[in-house]
Amino acid sequence: MNKFSWYDAASIEEAQKEVNATVSQTIQPDSPENAAVFKASGIDLLDLMKEGLSGPAKVVGIRNIPGLDEISFDPEKGLRVGAMVTLSQISGDDRIKANYLALHQAASRAATPQIRNMATLGGNLAQRTHCWYFRSKELVCFRKGSSTCFAHVGENENHAIMSYGYCVSIHSSSLATALMAFDSIVEIKDKDGKIRLVPIKNFFVLPTVDRTRENILEPGELMTAVILPAPKRNTVSYYIKMGSRKSQDWPMAEVAVVAELSGNVCKSVNVALGAAAPVPLISKLANDSITGKTITEATAAEAGRAAMQIALPLSENGYKIPVFQTIIKRALLAVV
Amino acid sequence: MKTKRIKLPHGIPGYNLGEIEREVPSTEPPALAVNDKLKVIGKRIKRTDALAKVNGSAVFTADVHLPGMLYGRMLRSDIPHARIKSIDVSAAREYPGVFAVHIFDRRYEGANPKKNSSDSEFPDVIYAGQPIAGVAAVNPDVAQEAVSLIKVEYEPMDFVVTMDEARKPGAPLVYQTDVDQEASDGGEEIEEGLKSKGNVRGPSTKSFYGGPRGDLEKGFAEADVIVERTYRTQVQTHCPLETHGVVVDYNHGNVTIYASTQSTKNTRNEFARTFDLPKSRVRVISEFIGGGFGAKHTLGSFGVMAGYLSKKSGRPVKIMLDRKEDHISAGNRPNSLQIIKVGAKKDGTLTALKQLSYGTAGIGLGAGVGNIAQAMYACPNFKTEQYDVFTNTGPGAAFRAPGNVQGAFALEQLIDELAERLDMDPLKLRDKIDRSVIRKVEREHGTKILNWQKPKKPGSDPGPVKKGIGVAQAHWPRFVNLDSSVEVRVMRDGAVEVRSAVQDIGTGTKTTLAQVVAEELGLRAEDVTVLIGDTLFPIGPSSGGSVVTGSITPPARNAAYKIKTKLTDIAAEELNTDANNILLENGYFMLTDEPSKKISFKELAAKMRVEQITATASRSDDYGGFMLGTIGFEELGSVQFAEVSVDTETGFVKVDKVLAVHSCGRPINIAQIESQINGGVIMGIAYALYEDRVMDKNTGHQMNANLDQYKMPFSFEIPDIQIELIEEYGAISSTDATGIGEPANIATAAAVANAVYNAIGVRITEIPITPARILAALNKEKKVNNE
Repeated sequence: MNKFSWYDAASIEEAQKEVNATVSQTIQPDSPENAAVFKASGIDLLDLMKEGLSGPAKVVGIRNIPGLDEISFDPEKGLRVGAMVTLSQISGDDRIKANYLALHQAASRAATPQIRNMATLGGNLAQRTHCWYFRSKELVCFRKGSSTCFAHVGENENHAIMSYGYCVSIHSSSLATALMAFDSIVEIKDKDGKIRLVPIKNFFVLPTVDRTRENILEPGELMTAVILPAPKRNTVSYYIKMGSRKSQDWPMAEVAVVAELSGNVCKSVNVALGAAAPVPLISKLANDSITGKTITEATAAEAGRAAMQIALPLSENGYKIPVFQTIIKRALLAVV
Repeated sequence: MKTKRIKLPHGIPGYNLGEIEREVPSTEPPALAVNDKLKVIGKRIKRTDALAKVNGSAVFTADVHLPGMLYGRMLRSDIPHARIKSIDVSAAREYPGVFAVHIFDRRYEGANPKKNSSDSEFPDVIYAGQPIAGVAAVNPDVAQEAVSLIKVEYEPMDFVVTMDEARKPGAPLVYQTDVDQEASDGGEEIEEGLKSKGNVRGPSTKSFYGGPRGDLEKGFAEADVIVERTYRTQVQTHCPLETHGVVVDYNHGNVTIYASTQSTKNTRNEFARTFDLPKSRVRVISEFIGGGFGAKHTLGSFGVMAGYLSKKSGRPVKIMLDRKEDHISAGNRPNSLQIIKVGAKKDGTLTALKQLSYGTAGIGLGAGVGNIAQAMYACPNFKTEQYDVFTNTGPGAAFRAPGNVQGAFALEQLIDELAERLDMDPLKLRDKIDRSVIRKVEREHGTKILNWQKPKKPGSDPGPVKKGIGVAQAHWPRFVNLDSSVEVRVMRDGAVEVRSAVQDIGTGTKTTLAQVVAEELGLRAEDVTVLIGDTLFPIGPSSGGSVVTGSITPPARNAAYKIKTKLTDIAAEELNTDANNILLENGYFMLTDEPSKKISFKELAAKMRVEQITATASRSDDYGGFMLGTIGFEELGSVQFAEVSVDTETGFVKVDKVLAVHSCGRPINIAQIESQINGGVIMGIAYALYEDRVMDKNTGHQMNANLDQYKMPFSFEIPDIQIELIEEYGAISSTDATGIGEPANIATAAAVANAVYNAIGVRITEIPITPARILAALNKEKKVNNE
């Protein structure tokens, strides 16, 4: 790991004054010298530094900034989760479990209890992909500035099956999948202190748009919270993660469903897919397939098949299609 | 040699326990009674070092810190195959905080080619991760920084990292000439002098017990049923919790080495040979080891590097590999491609068994898998042809039952399939073809516990999640290392000390030794201090091949017996009786016919003429001799049953339960044996379902050289493991104990694979059994649609 200086910020303004780069910029070949970056809990940043991928000159800690680690809930207004709230806090919060089950499930299944005690919502959403080519110091992949996506012609069992361009990495945040299904809003404070509210589907960036980053955050911009709309009556949610292990593992496929029901009839639905594409996705095909129908084994399975119509698997990851079909079906069946 | 005849317990309690008379050296102690009648042996004794391990006071190599110590880091090639044109270390040498830089003049790992392919002064790079040079500096970060300043000019060459590609004619050659390699003490077999064709060396037709037998053609002609299948197993890395590492204090040729090693003896001998020093000038200390599993038998290239850096800098140098280095360079279980064919009569009698295998140990040798097929079942006609295939990947190493784990995966699925073809219960078929008495008892015991009935029709469960049950067996020879010595000392205050260079790889060797000596001296295990893992003490066996308990406990008992004899003489004087009339029990010497006349062990020790008396013993030959070399007559057989659930819609496999029925001769410490079996089963499940070294064919790099994407089982993956231990007395030594490490790990993957077949009705012939493989086998995987 490189040498770096440490700055412990006491306020957002102070932190923003110090920071001049995003972590993603430090991974690029033209990484700015004297880069100063935010560190939330450091789960991903320290991994990147230890792996020799990121070498910021200054690390600005934001854990001691007050007010960022709070959860507030109002049945009328919805849920506000501070960016520094830990995954353990989320999975232990009864209000979240009662009203936003899929978020509770996603937080509870992520990583390990020890990591969940440290990892924050903001850090989780802003983490870099775990594509193993991207994570290899020795290999300069397309995302890191070369003209080669090694996964495209290499070991791509974990990679994307849809909505990819040349880069076939998948986004690594499980919480993002759940938050997508809830139509969440990301609250961002820019360097001038202005608050921006960004729908989460606009927060993530496809490599076809900009391969050097995975979200819209600019240097010095700080994600301060994620806001979930108030739960509607008769709205239920469910999340399923399939990994090769039940213990700590990255998903090979995951789905979050938020459905508004009338009896067993699906009035409206959001089916979000994780580990399918370079960003978490809403499957419009699945939504359209099941909306207005009674949720049954047959209609749920049909929605799963519909979601996979646009799948274009790589040499090693065709297995993801039946896995996605199954967990979409099971998540839909779980809400009725 | 003077001998005597003694009667020893023989057989299996509850089955055929009796007595047998053996002629043994007259110095041997009397026969040890069966465990039921003993006080310390065969009991669940708490580890003597449990507290030290729990409170962190146990010093592992990673914890060693010497005054003035430097930290070494190595430059490793990040390209898989190249000639080195030049190396410039000037910037590294001048970097502040650097004390020494060393460039390797040859490779200290893998096979030894007869000559280098080029006339370069540096060895060719033949895998990504090969160490080239090293730096010693004030701390690891400075060392790493200095390493990054070393400039190497490479001339890259074509490379090959997959076995299938490496076997093809015209594939890039890893070695230009024939190669050989010394086998470690880990139990892997390397036949000397075989020729290579391309990257393929062999065939070796040998196995632990010799060569081919009978006439295959005739055997298959006699068969009513023939089954032939191809199986594949993956490369598995050892992943010890403590990575490989050493601290070398060269100290002008009076060397002290702290090593995380499975063999203090080999580490000492290799270092002495490499640095041309007498063995007496090299001391190796290894008090605690954080796992090894076969990969820590040798000094290692890092050990050589630490030696040179310490010699050059005049300071102690520590090199601990990081996790990535451990994955890519410190050993692995070779993969295998096995084509195996069996012929049988209608009643199950085997007529012929033929095995052909390829495996890659990367740049090393030792990928043979033929032992278990040769040894486990009665079959008059047998032949194995085993080929090593070189690839530009890190060297393999012995790994917990080398060859047999791979071999069992194939053989035990084939036998399961044969049973189905013959419409026989798989256990009934084994009753017919398996001569081993211990496995017969284990099968009977296991079937009783599980209420085993002939397995249901494969894949017959309704619903998407299907349950299945499977069984598989293991064979492992009883290896003995006769170069195993122990010293026992008694001091005037009654303290008892055991000394041996044998190391405790983590299985509890210290406690085992304390128990054996305590039993002989009528004491408690905690009364005995065990000092091991230091070559200043009498030399002990390497921790490999499951040899330790069977090799080191008999001399420990024999040395204690010598001490007991000496003390008994003193006691006889004190109690005014004849030595024959003295009994040592519960801390007292007493008269056999008048137990109230007694003197305590402590009081008696105070009467010793000298401050301490000592006795040393070495391992005697097995009572009754050996079957072959130093392989005993009895075997370490086991039978494991697995129950699994398979989700046929997601391909997810969960092992619900494993019943492991084992024997290891006379058990010394039940808790430690169970701990070993638990570990072996978990490792077997990992092999069956999760672990897989992923090499990128285009770049030659391992993609998952970490513990994040290299998948080990964690708590949720560990099933209910039920262990049944069968006592078995072979009357082979003064303790009659043997090891358990390897057999615990052999049968599991095959049992899981057979259970998966029973669940879904389709055989998975390649491990790990991932969701992708299950779905592909069930024809549910979408066809590839790659541009």
